[in-house]
Amino acid sequence: MENPDTFRADVAKWLEENCPPSMRKPMGSEEEANWGGRRKQYANPEEKLWLDRMAARGWTCPTWPKEYGGGGLTAAQARVLADELRKIRARPPLISFGITMLGPVLLEYGNEEQKREHLPKIVRGEIRWCQGYSEPGAGSDLAGLQTRAEDKGDHYLVNGQKIWTSYANYADWIFCLVRTDPNAAKHDGISFLLFDMESPGVSVSPIKLISGSSPFCQTFFQDVKVPKKNLVGVKNGGWTIAKKLLQHEREMIGGMGFGLAASGGGATMEQLAKEYCGDDSGRIADPVIRSEVVQHLMDQRVFATTVRRSVEEAKAGQGPGAASSMFKLYGTEMNKRRYELLVKILGSQALGWEGSGFSPRELATTREWLRSKGNSIEGGTSEVQLNIIAKRVLGLPD
Amino acid sequence: MSLALSEEQELLRNTAREFIAEHSPVKELRRLRDSNDPVGFSRELWSQMAELGWAGIVLPEEHGGADLGYAELGIVLEECGRTLAATPLFSTLLLGANALLLAGDGTQRKEILARVAKGEAILALALQEGAHHAPYQVATRAEASRDGYKLTGKKTFVQDGHVADQTVVVARVSGKPGERDGLALFLVPKNARGLQVTRTVMVDGRNAAQLQLDGVEVDRSAAIGTVGRGADVLDPVLDRATIGLCAETLGTVAEAFERTVSYLKTRKQFGVAIGSFQALKHRAAVMFTEVELSRSIVLDALRAIDEKRPDVPLLASVAKARLSDTAFLVGNEAVQMHGGIGVTDEEEIGLFLKRARVAELTLGDAAYHRARFAALSGF
Repeated sequence: MENPDTFRADVAKWLEENCPPSMRKPMGSEEEANWGGRRKQYANPEEKLWLDRMAARGWTCPTWPKEYGGGGLTAAQARVLADELRKIRARPPLISFGITMLGPVLLEYGNEEQKREHLPKIVRGEIRWCQGYSEPGAGSDLAGLQTRAEDKGDHYLVNGQKIWTSYANYADWIFCLVRTDPNAAKHDGISFLLFDMESPGVSVSPIKLISGSSPFCQTFFQDVKVPKKNLVGVKNGGWTIAKKLLQHEREMIGGMGFGLAASGGGATMEQLAKEYCGDDSGRIADPVIRSEVVQHLMDQRVFATTVRRSVEEAKAGQGPGAASSMFKLYGTEMNKRRYELLVKILGSQALGWEGSGFSPRELATTREWLRSKGNSIEGGTSEVQLNIIAKRVLGLPD
Repeated sequence: MSLALSEEQELLRNTAREFIAEHSPVKELRRLRDSNDPVGFSRELWSQMAELGWAGIVLPEEHGGADLGYAELGIVLEECGRTLAATPLFSTLLLGANALLLAGDGTQRKEILARVAKGEAILALALQEGAHHAPYQVATRAEASRDGYKLTGKKTFVQDGHVADQTVVVARVSGKPGERDGLALFLVPKNARGLQVTRTVMVDGRNAAQLQLDGVEVDRSAAIGTVGRGADVLDPVLDRATIGLCAETLGTVAEAFERTVSYLKTRKQFGVAIGSFQALKHRAAVMFTEVELSRSIVLDALRAIDEKRPDVPLLASVAKARLSDTAFLVGNEAVQMHGGIGVTDEEEIGLFLKRARVAELTLGDAAYHRARFAALSGF
């Protein structure tokens, strides 16, 4: 095994030489992270260059095996890479549901042909994936889904409707839960299918949220033909894969709450509190706000420490397990509290919608506050996470 | 330092858990309480703990200590917290011995620390004067006399003060109550003339005392550290003691929580286990999350002391605020979920509530530590 210090030095040197300058500063509020995909428009050639260089080394998916385009790094090496990226404040070259959700599942359950076809494209950001899980009648009761896929010999015929499909309007392919046996018990008749969003019969319409934006869509399938080779795992055995993928999703959303909270967008919460609630010779003048700001900073610290402990305990073969539900629960609830507190601090300046009278930061906070309301609903509601902890960790009876 | 336990630490935890379960189960606290034991803990148990090396676990070898870290002390404290074990570990090692370790002169350290490590000397810290923890709110006066100082004032909530061989008394040589400057720490022996000690019976069955100092005379050599700069000693002592107390409290809340979960699984109502009710399940899952978060911050804070990190004061406040809140939540929920039996003296869960509340208010509650965190952070 390579000397860890040599590895760190090599990584640092390579990043120094290859990360373009414009990819080393925080994103502006109007800029979007690079999600890749067939329809990705690069506003900046350096964004494309950065992705291509990182993808060529497999470092968009550092721990995936090299034969599927990944970096082939150990977990420890991947942490070094992440450290070094953080040091130069590099933007992520690519973020996607392919990386965080589908890839790990394909590595575990996909066949060789599926891995060779899909994983390298995820690494290179060529295909943008979306997730077809929730349905209008089946939100928290995910296994109650009705979209059906009939076996037509050489293909499946898919009919039904999905909802809350994040970024379906930008996605190239979908990973989708479908019912392949309507007569089986509800968890036993589900399969996991992959298909191209350009297939005839697929249509998408965005859902506008209370925050004014529309990351989510309704997605409709009418007689969509899906080749049989696109079934992942065994037919009617999709629920196992679905659960595993949900775990990756929970980790991603829980971690997102933490990441957002850590970023702060320039001013710290205590600076904002002094600015909007009064500064009493360096102290936040309002004692209640002061106490709430502290409480929030403490929550963040305690949560970050717990995430760290979970990683270190997992390495040592210890730990409480089912940590992903706890992180999803706490991370999202904490993120919501953060925005409630920001609104309280900004006061009426947090209530603007558009036009003059409000700074871009204030307007962004308002919308982020509204968007955060979805955090504890998407990816399994807080109540669902509480049920999972009660059942799987505490062993409480049904 | 990793937050996961090492093999040696796991071994220590298992030893501690077995030893304490055998020698100091919860019923031992009940026995001490019901027999109005004048000491309030078992001296025999304390000697045995000293033999295991726990009385001086963080003291250096030159003073007979085991020279281990707070990570290890925290493990022992956590296990003590699980059975509400009454021991003078907190008063003697975390408060008294730490003051000597951090600022005592050669003679003080040499004479007292070795006796602490052997389990022979009990120490205490007399700080608090009002109903709330406020370390600089000291009115007790220390007036210079011919050979030393004359101490006059009143102290309250002095843990193990009624049996301490020596008590570290915080007094003021100048300034007004509330000011950081002007404090001094003095070692006062239990038989000092003018010292009146009254044991108070506390809700948790453990020990605290009130001290009345009527012109207690001490030599100059009784001062710990620089007279007038006592806060420089007091602050780090309180940080360490606070973090140690958090480790003990973690054990108390973890045990109360686990007992409650097993009660939810066995207690039947309406023909089913009450743990099948979502109203209780969700609250249990919330408690689990709070206990896990509490554990993380306690482990990190203990390691911060060992690593001599500059953020120890901040972490002491983060940990204490968290553990105070968790102790409040779990103590109350544990009793509520036990239903009628939970409010009887016969059932042990009530003892956990009582201990949790004492721990919550000892060395500052959550509100105190949030305010302190803000002050330390400069806002």
